[in-house]
Amino acid sequence: MDVKTWTYLIVGFTFALYIGIAIWSRAKSTKEFYVAGGNISPISNGMATAADWMSAASFLSMAGIIAFSGYGGSVFLMGWTGGYVLLAFLVAPYLRKYGKFTVPEFIGERFYSKTARLVAVLCLIIVSVTYVIGQMKGVGVAFSRFLETEYETGLFIGMGIVFFYAVLGGMKGITYTQIAQYVVLIFAFTVPAIFISLELTGNPIPQLGFIGDVSDGAPLLQKLDTVITDLGFGQYTNSVMGSKLNMFAFTLSLMIGTAGLPHVIIRFFTVKKVSDARLSAGWALVFIAILYTTAPAVAAMARLNFTKTIQVGDVGKVEGNIEYANRPEWFKNWEKTGLLKHEDKNGDGRIQYYNDSNKEFADIASSYGWKGNEMVKIDNDIMVLANPEIANLPGWVIALVVAGGLAAALSTAAGLLLAISSSVSHDLLKGILMPEISEKKELRAGRISMIGAIAVAGIFGIYPPDFAAGTVAMAFGLAASSIFPVLIMGIFMKKMNREGAIAGMIAGIGVTLFYVFQHKGIMFIASTSYMGGMEENWFFGIEPKAFGAVGAIVNFIVAFIVSKMTSDPPKEVQELVDDIRLPKLDEA
Amino acid sequence: MSEQEIEITDQSNSSNSDKPAMTKEEYWRKNITCVLSLLAVWFFVSYGCAILFVEQMNKIQIGGAGLGFWMAQQGSIYVFVALIFVYVRLMNKLESEYAGRNMNGNEIQNQGEE
Repeated sequence: MDVKTWTYLIVGFTFALYIGIAIWSRAKSTKEFYVAGGNISPISNGMATAADWMSAASFLSMAGIIAFSGYGGSVFLMGWTGGYVLLAFLVAPYLRKYGKFTVPEFIGERFYSKTARLVAVLCLIIVSVTYVIGQMKGVGVAFSRFLETEYETGLFIGMGIVFFYAVLGGMKGITYTQIAQYVVLIFAFTVPAIFISLELTGNPIPQLGFIGDVSDGAPLLQKLDTVITDLGFGQYTNSVMGSKLNMFAFTLSLMIGTAGLPHVIIRFFTVKKVSDARLSAGWALVFIAILYTTAPAVAAMARLNFTKTIQVGDVGKVEGNIEYANRPEWFKNWEKTGLLKHEDKNGDGRIQYYNDSNKEFADIASSYGWKGNEMVKIDNDIMVLANPEIANLPGWVIALVVAGGLAAALSTAAGLLLAISSSVSHDLLKGILMPEISEKKELRAGRISMIGAIAVAGIFGIYPPDFAAGTVAMAFGLAASSIFPVLIMGIFMKKMNREGAIAGMIAGIGVTLFYVFQHKGIMFIASTSYMGGMEENWFFGIEPKAFGAVGAIVNFIVAFIVSKMTSDPPKEVQELVDDIRLPKLDEA
Repeated sequence: MSEQEIEITDQSNSSNSDKPAMTKEEYWRKNITCVLSLLAVWFFVSYGCAILFVEQMNKIQIGGAGLGFWMAQQGSIYVFVALIFVYVRLMNKLESEYAGRNMNGNEIQNQGEE
C-alpha cells in the first residue's frame, strides 16, 4: 500500500473513533458540558490535559525549532513544562477548591466586580481565538499536504469533526476524545524517534541515544557540534538565544503564560477533589514530558542526519557535497511542498549548505568556489514531518505522523473552543446579561456559542488576519501579563482589591501589547511598526515574544500600589479567600 | 520499608488527635513554606543550572555535552515531574494532619464550603 492509502486509512480510523466517542458521551447537563460532570480520574485528566496542551506547534514545529537553534531552543522545553509546576503549586488546587465552571467567574467573584469578569472574558477570548486559528490552519495544511485535498476542504473536515464531539459532548466529549488523541499523538511521535535513535546510536530509547555514541564511537552531541561548526554554524550545545537575560525572560514568560492559559486551567475543574487536581497536574506533566524529552533527541538526530545528507564528505572537497541529481527521494518529496528549496548559486550541480552570514567562514567558503548557502528554504516543520522518510520507515509510520499531527491540532482546538464558549454562555450570558436563564437554556446557549466559535475559527482559518502570525507572542504574552498575575493575587494576597486587580490587568496587557506592537506592528501589520523588529531597540535585549514576564511584573506593581491607595476588599470576599486556601475536612 | 512508613504515619495520626486544632494561619504558613522550598528547587534547576550558571555546569560532561545543556533539554524536565509528585505527597500529609487535628471534637476553624 502506498503512503496516501495508509494515510486515508489511519486518519479515517482515528476520525471514526472520535465520532464514536462523541456519540457515546453526550452532555446532558451544564455540569457535564462545562466540567465533564466533575468526576474524571486524575490519570485520565492528566492524559486529556496533555493532549489539550500539546498543539500542532508542540508536535510539528518544536523539534524543528530546537534543531536549528540548539541550546537556545531550550526555552521552549523548560518554559512549556516548568509552567506545570506553577500550575500545580499556585493555581489548579485553589481554583478547584473554588469549585465553579470558568476562570472569569473566579476573577469576577474574587474581585466582586462584573468589570473584572468582563476584562477577564475579553483576555480569554483574545488569547483563545488567536491560538485556535493556528490549530485550524494546521488541520487545513495537513490535509492539503498529505491527502491532496484543497486547503479549505481540509479545514471544513476538521471543523466538522470538532463540531461533532465538542457541540454534542461539551467538556465530557472533549475529555474522552482528548484521551484517545493523546494516545495517537504520543505513539506517532515516539515510534519514528525510536527507529531513528536505534539507527544512529544503537539505543532504542531516544533520551539515552541523545547522550549516546554514534557509530564511529564519538558521542552524538559532540559529533553534531563538529559537523555543524565545520560549516560555519554556531555550536549546537551552547548557542544562546539572544542573550542570557532574553532566555531568562523568555522561559519565564512561557512558564507563567502556561499557568495562566484558561483552556488548561479549566481541565482541572473536571476532577472530583482538590488533591486530585494536584495529582492530575503531576500526571499531565508525565504525559507531556514523554514528548518533551523525546523532542530534543529528535532535534539533534534530525539535524545531524539532515546535514550529513547534504555534506556527505569532507568540507571543501568537491565530492564532499551531494550532487543535486542524486538527492534522496524524501528530499524530492518535500521540495514539491515548498518546505525545502534549493538554489544552485554557483552552478556546480551540487548542494552547499553552510552558514554564509558567518563572515569568517563565508570567506573560506568562497575559496572552495561556494557562492552562498544554497538551501534557501528549510521549514522547521520538516524535521518532524520528514523524519520517518529519512529513516526509511514504512508508509504506515508516515501516515501515523499525519494522524498524530491532526490529533494534536484537533485536541487543542477543542479545548480552546470550550473555553471560549463557556465564557460566552456562562460568564457573559448567565453571569452578566441574563442571570435568570434556566439551566436547559444555558446548555443550549453553550452549544450555540460553541458553533459560533467554530465558525469564527474557520473563517479566520480561511482568511487568516495579520495578527494570526503573532499567535505565540500574543497568546502567551497576554496570559502571562494579565490572567496569571490576577489569579495569583486573588489567591495569595487577601487584601488585593477590585481597583488593584483591574488596574493591574489593564496595565499588564497594555505594556505587553504596546511593546509587541511597536516592534511587530499594530495588530501585527508589519508596516505600522514604528520601531521595527530591530534588536538594538529591544528593552534590555528582550525580544517581544519574551515580554510577557515584564508585563506581569508591571501588573503586580501597579495592582499593589493601587490597592494600597484604595479600600480593602469586603469581609465576605476575604472569607472566600480563606475558604479556597483551606482543605475540606471530609476530603482530606 | 513500606511497613515502617505505615508505622510512622500511624504514630503521627495518633499524636494528631492529642494536639490542639491547627489554626488556618498555621496551615497556610506550612503550605507556603512547602511551596516556596519546592519553588527554590524549580528555580535552581531551570534558571540556575540551565541558564544563569550554564557555563560552570557545562564544565561537567555528560554524553559528549555539558551538564548545563543536558539540564536545559532533559534534566530540568525530570526534576519538574518529580517536584509535583513530592508536592502532592507533602500536601496530602499536611491536609490529613489538618483534618486529624480539627475533626475530633476540636474547635473547627473554617470548615470550608457552604
